Amino acid sequence: MAERGPDLRSGGEPEGAVEIHERQEAVGRDLRTEEMVFNMGPQHPATHGVLRVAVRTDGEHVRALQPHVGNIHRCAEKIGESLPYYQWIPYLDRMDYLAAICNEHVGCMAIERLGGIEVPERAEYIRVIVAEVQRILSHLMAIGVYGLDLGAFTPFLHQFRERERGMDLLDHISGGRLLYHYIRIGGVKRDLSQDWLDELDAWTSEVERRMPEYNTLLLHNRVFQERTFRVGIIDRDTGVRWGVTGPGLRAAGVDWDCRRDAPYSIYDRFDFEVPYGASDIGGVLGDCFQRHWIRVREIEESLKIIRQAREQMPEGPVMGRVPKGFKPPAGEVYIRGENPRGELACYMVSAGKSDKAWRARCRGPSFSNIACITEIAEGQLIADLVAIIGSLDIVLGEVDR
Amino acid sequence: MQSLLDQLIESTSWLQGLPVGLVYAAGMVIACNLVLVYASALAGETVWLERRVSGRMQARIGPNRVGPQGLLQFLADGLKLLGKEDIVPKTADKPIFLIAPIIVFVGAFAAFAVVPFGHYLVAADMNVGIFLVLSLTSIEVVGIIMAGWASNSKWAILGAMREVAQMVSYELPLGLAALSIVVLAGTMNLSEIVYQQEGWFWNWYVFRGPFAFVAFFAFFVSALAALKRAPFDLPEAESELVAGFHTEYTGFRFAVFFLAEYAAMILFSMVTAILFLGGWSPGFDIDLSGPLSRWIGALILFGKTIALLFVMIWVRWTLPRFRIDRVMYLCYKVLLPVSVVCVVGMAIQVLLAMTVFGGRANAFGTWLMGGG
Repeated sequence: MAERGPDLRSGGEPEGAVEIHERQEAVGRDLRTEEMVFNMGPQHPATHGVLRVAVRTDGEHVRALQPHVGNIHRCAEKIGESLPYYQWIPYLDRMDYLAAICNEHVGCMAIERLGGIEVPERAEYIRVIVAEVQRILSHLMAIGVYGLDLGAFTPFLHQFRERERGMDLLDHISGGRLLYHYIRIGGVKRDLSQDWLDELDAWTSEVERRMPEYNTLLLHNRVFQERTFRVGIIDRDTGVRWGVTGPGLRAAGVDWDCRRDAPYSIYDRFDFEVPYGASDIGGVLGDCFQRHWIRVREIEESLKIIRQAREQMPEGPVMGRVPKGFKPPAGEVYIRGENPRGELACYMVSAGKSDKAWRARCRGPSFSNIACITEIAEGQLIADLVAIIGSLDIVLGEVDR
Repeated sequence: MQSLLDQLIESTSWLQGLPVGLVYAAGMVIACNLVLVYASALAGETVWLERRVSGRMQARIGPNRVGPQGLLQFLADGLKLLGKEDIVPKTADKPIFLIAPIIVFVGAFAAFAVVPFGHYLVAADMNVGIFLVLSLTSIEVVGIIMAGWASNSKWAILGAMREVAQMVSYELPLGLAALSIVVLAGTMNLSEIVYQQEGWFWNWYVFRGPFAFVAFFAFFVSALAALKRAPFDLPEAESELVAGFHTEYTGFRFAVFFLAEYAAMILFSMVTAILFLGGWSPGFDIDLSGPLSRWIGALILFGKTIALLFVMIWVRWTLPRFRIDRVMYLCYKVLLPVSVVCVVGMAIQVLLAMTVFGGRANAFGTWLMGGG
């Protein structure tokens, strides 16, 4: 196998590091200094799984870096081409395992569009509710883990308290705590009971009540702000160029959210804000702090959507008519949806007369989001690199698929 | 000032028949062993305290199975670590790798020799008490640098580098804040410093003027940095450097680092309590110098130590970690000027007390000048 570790970007020095480089030369005249190449990961507490980042450092400064992905590649897309459509859905769960329901949602929408299947009204509402519950769970995890990355252990364990109740909610309707397989082609597996909806209400008000607690520990904490202000800046241009989506793109000042600007499912029926740009707390556009702030704000907006969906939800069946041996006609679809981490898109081609897809492919947000660290982390400190990786909130299961 | 040993020799006839040097040597060995056992047990219990308190703060329970309320958890942990394989990396610098934990351990525990736990309850009643405490805890840093360097691991080297950078920044404010108390007390003897603070709680050095009050906070924050406690835990920053300087250590060598860290925590809490919070003085006028009541004094000092330990634990589980440049900023641009002002201000305060306020002639002058 080719030497992959120390072989970073060939030639040219990164622009941000010019100043450091000059200082380095000044030091080098009197003192021999050396650059070190670190392999951060695949076993490292802060790379959120099995990401390997080869980092060339000069002391504490990052001179160049290259992420290496693929350590948990599980052929999720190829499996989609070798199994009947309905059997692929659980594999979608396992891509972004912190947002399993959102993955199912996009995958099912693609298959339904391919086969021209109608989804009942009530099922659409249920899908939106569970997807938003999932978004809150995912953002809670992102916020807590970000604290952990920066050395604040407590918010990480506090968020499990709310997450636990939320996971119980999804457990009640699907039987799974992390991977649900709840959204099916043509609808959802089970209807929601009144008890479940009451519990949902209790949980949403609990989350709302607890959010200020997290914000005291992180968002409004001086030490946290010092660690995240002006660190890992993704500006508008960089964000668009690297295909960053989700909170990362909105923190860069791009007012774009699939749920509002390219509405899928029934998201056009709800009234919610899309937080974007810089907060008035401090920092600059596109830094780590803004990405964290966007997540905090999105939890509030998700709560709004859940409440509205709960009000408007009609009675009716939760499963549409799906033909027994489901064989969609020839054609192709490209469906995208807003996952907690950004845009997840599903591209499927049916050759017709088959219960398997001819081509199944996903565009994952984490994969595009992590790519840009080669540009934004150069010239920063190692401690900042951890802060940047944490703020991008990647799930390696979906980067590698 | 008489030590416990002197009293013992005076009151026991058969001891007087033996050579004086021999009696003193034996006495010191016994005393040091007692202190070592006391400090080790306390360090173990501090681990338990940390885990229980952090558990409470994090909506979980913490260890509660081994012994009553989990108090013996540290013994179980220690036994488990004794049973682990003692791995020395192939590329490590073996002799240095092996002695590094010992140096860290010695640095943390040796300083207990000069710390008075109560009236006469001190292994070595030295005139240079604070000086010795600060120097011995600096030896610990050498051990950490050796550990980081000898491991021949990149994370460990980076941890050691950070420790060096952090040490040169916290040592100055730490020493200067302690110096301002030395100026006030006119002595470096820790027992003597406590005697001067006996009586009502406004005699405690922390309350004697604004400079001592500020020096208390400067000392405590610098002590947090010296102890590598969060938010200054950069040398072992778990989420950045895996485990920093002790990444490559396993089994009981790791336990030694761990124990030394907690022993240093107790040491600094105790020294802070002695320097600023009146040591074993309960805060009201009562004589605790009797042979039995001195143990009550020891308990009071113990309580103050626990209170300070609790604050350290509280801070650790609340704040995120500083970045290395912010640590430098805090130490050089905030704590250092503040502690310099404290030393100079304290000198002026003592001078004024002696001249303007009449020195020892009146109560206010005495209060203001301490033993200076």
